[in-house]
Amino acid sequence: MTGDFWSMGGYARYVWPCYGIAGAVLAWNLWAAGRYLGAAKVRAARALAMASGEAR
Amino acid sequence: MWTWFYKLASPPYVYGVAAAFVPWLLGFAALAIGYGLVAGLGIAPADYQQGEAFRMIYVHVPSALLSLTVYTVMAVASGIALIWRIKVGHAVAAASAPIGASFAILALITGSLWGKPMWGTYWAWDPRLTSELILLFLYVAVMSLRSAFEDPLRGDRAAALLAVVGVVNVPIVHFSVVWWNSLHQGATIVKLGAPSMPGSMLWPLLSMWLGFMLFFGAVLCMRLQAEVLNRERQASWVREAIK
Repeated sequence: MTGDFWSMGGYARYVWPCYGIAGAVLAWNLWAAGRYLGAAKVRAARALAMASGEAR
Repeated sequence: MWTWFYKLASPPYVYGVAAAFVPWLLGFAALAIGYGLVAGLGIAPADYQQGEAFRMIYVHVPSALLSLTVYTVMAVASGIALIWRIKVGHAVAAASAPIGASFAILALITGSLWGKPMWGTYWAWDPRLTSELILLFLYVAVMSLRSAFEDPLRGDRAAALLAVVGVVNVPIVHFSVVWWNSLHQGATIVKLGAPSMPGSMLWPLLSMWLGFMLFFGAVLCMRLQAEVLNRERQASWVREAIK
């Protein structure tokens, strides 16, 4: 039963890479967006720190 | 009546709303995709013609539909930014492009994997496949054009113009299987009339579609926050927002 599931009727080498790549694309989107947001926050904090330094 | 529209033009308001939506969108996306995976891989029966290979539909169709939806969102946001000179529109367009491109790539790869056992080839210069590839090139062109200018405002405007012009490709992708002879099968769910699938196969597909849309919403909100911060770095409200 489990073997049937994983073999996908002989199409396993197409079906599982399809789901694997989809998972990778979803994970990349989440990771890249988090990283991009983190970097934007750091840049904004630096810009604010520089602006307040100049004001003093 | 238009108060909500004017509020959406305010960067601090958009930043706050986007930040609040992310966990909810991600949570509901995980539920919808989880149900779609279990029902699509474990409960839906095999197709009478394609057998178990049809299960690739549960990632291929949502990713292809999302690649078209994201482009439409990007074009509408660009149009709003050009017409009403709303900076948040450019931020939405800039945030959408890499997400849409990644789903266009996913649609092409999963379609290719599905094409091999069904058509005997990974690729054919078929109207649907070719127009989807052009959609990917449009995403890449919009992103490249935005970063090609030293002045970010000019980059935003040039990219917005290309995004608006390129939206003509969206109906071409969708109707390519109707307008021309195509290897690709016709529309399954987005069409006039009832979907051509039984409920046991259709519900997991609708759930995966919803999950992908919610996931797009969550990632868009994260990228949108970053785009707003990049554009409003010097604004006084940013200090409170990034605490």
